[in-house]
Amino acid sequence: MYIIIVGGGKVGYYLCKSLLNEEHEVLLIEKDKRKCDIISAELGGIVLRGDGSDSIVMEEAGMNRCDLAIAVTGDDEDNLMICQMAKKKFGVERTIARINNPKNEHIFKLMGIDHTVSVTDLILAQIERGIPAHSLVHLLTLRDVGVSFVETKVPADSPAVGKRLRDLPIPDDMVIPLIIRGGKGIVPYGETVFMAGDEVVAVTTMAEVDILGKLFAKTTTAE
Amino acid sequence: MKIVILGCGRMGAHLARRLDSEGHSVTVIDRTSESFARLGNDFQGKMVLGTGIDEDVMRRAGIEQADAFIAVSNGDNTNAMAAEIAKLVFKVPRVVARLYDPVREDTYHQLGLMETVCPTVMGSDKIYDLIMPNRKIK
Repeated sequence: MYIIIVGGGKVGYYLCKSLLNEEHEVLLIEKDKRKCDIISAELGGIVLRGDGSDSIVMEEAGMNRCDLAIAVTGDDEDNLMICQMAKKKFGVERTIARINNPKNEHIFKLMGIDHTVSVTDLILAQIERGIPAHSLVHLLTLRDVGVSFVETKVPADSPAVGKRLRDLPIPDDMVIPLIIRGGKGIVPYGETVFMAGDEVVAVTTMAEVDILGKLFAKTTTAE
Repeated sequence: MKIVILGCGRMGAHLARRLDSEGHSVTVIDRTSESFARLGNDFQGKMVLGTGIDEDVMRRAGIEQADAFIAVSNGDNTNAMAAEIAKLVFKVPRVVARLYDPVREDTYHQLGLMETVCPTVMGSDKIYDLIMPNRKIK
């Protein structure tokens, strides 16, 4: 798939990285020169500098041949414009917009943007992160397609510590694309061994969400 | 007529003063209070501080009773989004947005939701007509 991401902040950057990893053709559009330099130094020549809501920049990016446009800038009006232009002017089939002001969610729906991602959920996740009782943090839920991004922390006494990813009974509907270890992101593969304190991010169907917690939770003595 | 104008720059203020002096009920929205100085001392209308893509701000500006909404802030994207909110959420009968980018203007014009004005095209057409020897009257 050819995917265009507009906005090179943290969301755009990690999204870009994950999608490249999945071997998609990705182009990131970002206004700020410094951000462009940092990202292209790390990920290569996949960055186009410019205003992603400007039709000339969109054309240069090849918006007309892209399969999916994702707008994740910090401004809702820009994200809306990008998605609408992508759809109406360039005929892009699927668009996803990040929403910063939760009140704008229904406006985006009214205006025909297929998928929206509200940061409200992310902030909620931050609050949950501070409460140790929650073993599961909901990072993001794409309700329209029934998919959740969840995170859990591997406790020291978890049976998963020292085990390889391939040895865990992960359901078919779940993938683990990211482990955060000591503040650094690791993209795991079958041989990756889990360590205590790892923060494990999973992408899963909404129905399977709780399984992630069970995979890493310490074995309760009652069982 | 009840008219809400987003953006108190040169164009927004100019329009507001004109409509106000003709006896219309005008409300101007802008993000910075200093901008309202452009309206002058004899402006009778209302001034609302805030961003024009926030429903609550628009409500405070009386968008629910407005006959017309004009989006002339300095950002194309803000104007387009504000105009769409005015039309789709608040069902304002007449909505006009200024868009500097001709392609954006064309796209939104074709969407048919709002009326659009592109100063870039209007200005360059005018200048072209002025300097070309065999100028055509449009």
